[in-house]
Amino acid sequence: MTDHARAVGGPLFTGFFRLLALIFGISLLMLAWRFASGIGATSGLSDGYPWGIWIAFDVVTGTALACGGYAVALLCYVFNKGKYHPLVRPAILTSALGYSLAGFAISVDVGRYWGLWKIPVKVNHWNLNSALLEVALCVMAYIVVLWIELSPAFMEKWKEGPDGVLKSLSEIGHPLLNKVLIWIIALGLLLPTMHQSSLGSVMLLAHQKLHALWYSPFLPLMFLVSCLGMGYAVVVFESTLSSRAFGTARETGMLASLSGAMVPILAIFICIRFADVIFRGQLSTALSFGRYSLLFWCEILLFLVPMIMLASKARRASVTVQFNASLLMIGAGILYRFDTYLVAFSPGPGWTYFPSLPEVMITLGILSLEIMLYVFIVKRYPILSGGPTAVSE
Amino acid sequence: MGHGELFPFDPRHEVKSGVARRDFLKVCSLAAAAVGLPASMGIRFAEAAEAGLKPSVIWLHFQECTGCTESLLRTSAPGLAELILDLVSLDYHETLFAAAGYQAEEALHTAMEKNKGKYICVVEGAIPTKDGGVYCKIADKTALELVHEVAEHAGAIVAIGSCASFGGIPAAEPNPTGAKGAPAVLEGKTVVTLPGCPANPYNFLGTVLQFVALGSLPALDEKGRPIFAYGRTIHEHCPRRAHFDAGRFVKEFGDEAHRQGHCLYRMGCKGPQTHANCSVAHFGDVIDSWPIGLGHPCVGCTEQKLAFRVPMHDTVEIDRPQPPDTYPTIHPESGGIGTVGAGAAGLVAGAVIGAGIMASKKLASDDKGEGEGV
Repeated sequence: MTDHARAVGGPLFTGFFRLLALIFGISLLMLAWRFASGIGATSGLSDGYPWGIWIAFDVVTGTALACGGYAVALLCYVFNKGKYHPLVRPAILTSALGYSLAGFAISVDVGRYWGLWKIPVKVNHWNLNSALLEVALCVMAYIVVLWIELSPAFMEKWKEGPDGVLKSLSEIGHPLLNKVLIWIIALGLLLPTMHQSSLGSVMLLAHQKLHALWYSPFLPLMFLVSCLGMGYAVVVFESTLSSRAFGTARETGMLASLSGAMVPILAIFICIRFADVIFRGQLSTALSFGRYSLLFWCEILLFLVPMIMLASKARRASVTVQFNASLLMIGAGILYRFDTYLVAFSPGPGWTYFPSLPEVMITLGILSLEIMLYVFIVKRYPILSGGPTAVSE
Repeated sequence: MGHGELFPFDPRHEVKSGVARRDFLKVCSLAAAAVGLPASMGIRFAEAAEAGLKPSVIWLHFQECTGCTESLLRTSAPGLAELILDLVSLDYHETLFAAAGYQAEEALHTAMEKNKGKYICVVEGAIPTKDGGVYCKIADKTALELVHEVAEHAGAIVAIGSCASFGGIPAAEPNPTGAKGAPAVLEGKTVVTLPGCPANPYNFLGTVLQFVALGSLPALDEKGRPIFAYGRTIHEHCPRRAHFDAGRFVKEFGDEAHRQGHCLYRMGCKGPQTHANCSVAHFGDVIDSWPIGLGHPCVGCTEQKLAFRVPMHDTVEIDRPQPPDTYPTIHPESGGIGTVGAGAAGLVAGAVIGAGIMASKKLASDDKGEGEGV
């Protein structure tokens, strides 16, 4: 997978990078506050709403947005569409960053973060019926897998670098890795299939606390299908932005056919969503046009519009259409997850939740860190492919 | 009996209705208390009655069984006699009228003219609309004509019972006469609906007496039902609720659970979706005389979507079958919407959506001009 990938180069501390660093700096202060005074003092979380935006956005939405690696690898290796290869590395990088920072967000969100190490270690304490255990183990394993999948990019650079531990490690490791990579990739396809659906299964437990338009025995399937759509959308989004930002050639044709893959996924999602609502006898609820029913239709529109936009082959060749559709699709996935985890969730009368300032800032800081790391890595390591068109130094 | 100076003796009461003033005040206070109004309102009823301001009531009967009137006959606080003789002036009522024929018609027209814009029009029964409404005629007029004529200059319109509220049994499939409720016929007018089969007479009294004492109507929900009576579901105040929460259900009429008075949900009780106060205000002034109290599931007679549409023993959906497992503290430490948090969240959401739109716009313009990188 080394085809044409090369480091983009260029100065690191641009104005945008400094802005991100500032946001991250503020979030570090908020983090210090959260760890010094605890969750109750700094967040809007309560016994009724133990999960706020740290889970709904950072973890549930964040890992779904980080499904680019999963979605592209699925296309590339399972459906043997080798032409998508140039998209794999940047997608894996986004996934690795997204998952790692989701893992970090969990350690901010759980009360007793110092016990997290016990999850993979204390095997005899595992509750094998817990969907959450599966999520925890899969996410932990997948973070490792993603970085291994990405490691050839680092090793290529280190091999050419100065003598030292990294160089000798890369010289031994790289050929070895090439032999086992296929198994790592297979694992990298299995793990997200398991836990992205489990993120839906988790809300099965909420049952009556979840509004009838969202609670469904098909939650796991709908989470899995929508995360694939989000994964492709993020790949389109990210390649468009990075081709603009770093002046690399944009794989418009390839992204067009990739966008084509989103159409059946979106169609499947909408079909399942409607079939589920109809068979559970909730169509009248959906047509009641109350608060929740309007949210439901917002979601459906956000899934439906990109599907229509991308349905015609001529239209999806346009960069603008691809980009706009990917934005809408990302919005759809985010809204669906926010609704399922927060808006349509009601633990009982009297409980309310709204994210506090530290929650918002920490979430924003994690996002900034993710973008900063992405920029740093693509500038220093061979991730993006496609001939760079004269990068200003 | 010290009414001397405080309440100067008025021979009217002795002579005209055969009720002592003290008894009359008692009736008024009772009536106020029965419908949840303060005792001072009872005095206001009495004053209004004394001043001859008793509201005129014109009661129309259409497609119905007269069950709502029957139910009203069985109230005792105040009793029907006190109601129609002392508190209101029942000027036209086909079931309770002594008069007949031309005499009755004359009473109707006199009452309408004399109290124009002030009388209460009560509708009992559904109104047939098919074939010009020929399926129900009184004094050679169709129900449709009659209800429009009387409602035109009414001070308040009350639809009593499920038939008058939304069609009820006459409007059940296949609805051969095209029966409709009063609100559907009198579009654009405020109609207080008191659905129920029969309607609870105290809900009627409460509505009418408020109109008498204050000249206003109670707060209504979107279906025109007074919130004081129809604001909660049967399930919320059901005396058998504890059995529901504990999972003790009747599975068959006459089984052990039925004898023990357990929950009737599985027998098709519509309580969870039925807004009414039957569970707290029973019928006929007899304790526990209401469907669930007598061991039968609620049939949802106050709900247009349920009554005479959903089979009596079909179960309905419940949004929250179990009580919540956590309760917030009286003064929650967190969870409210903080100004700063809300501001920050709004700012971030706005910035993200704005950035998306800007990026999309820039891309579109770059696309045209084949521009350079950002």
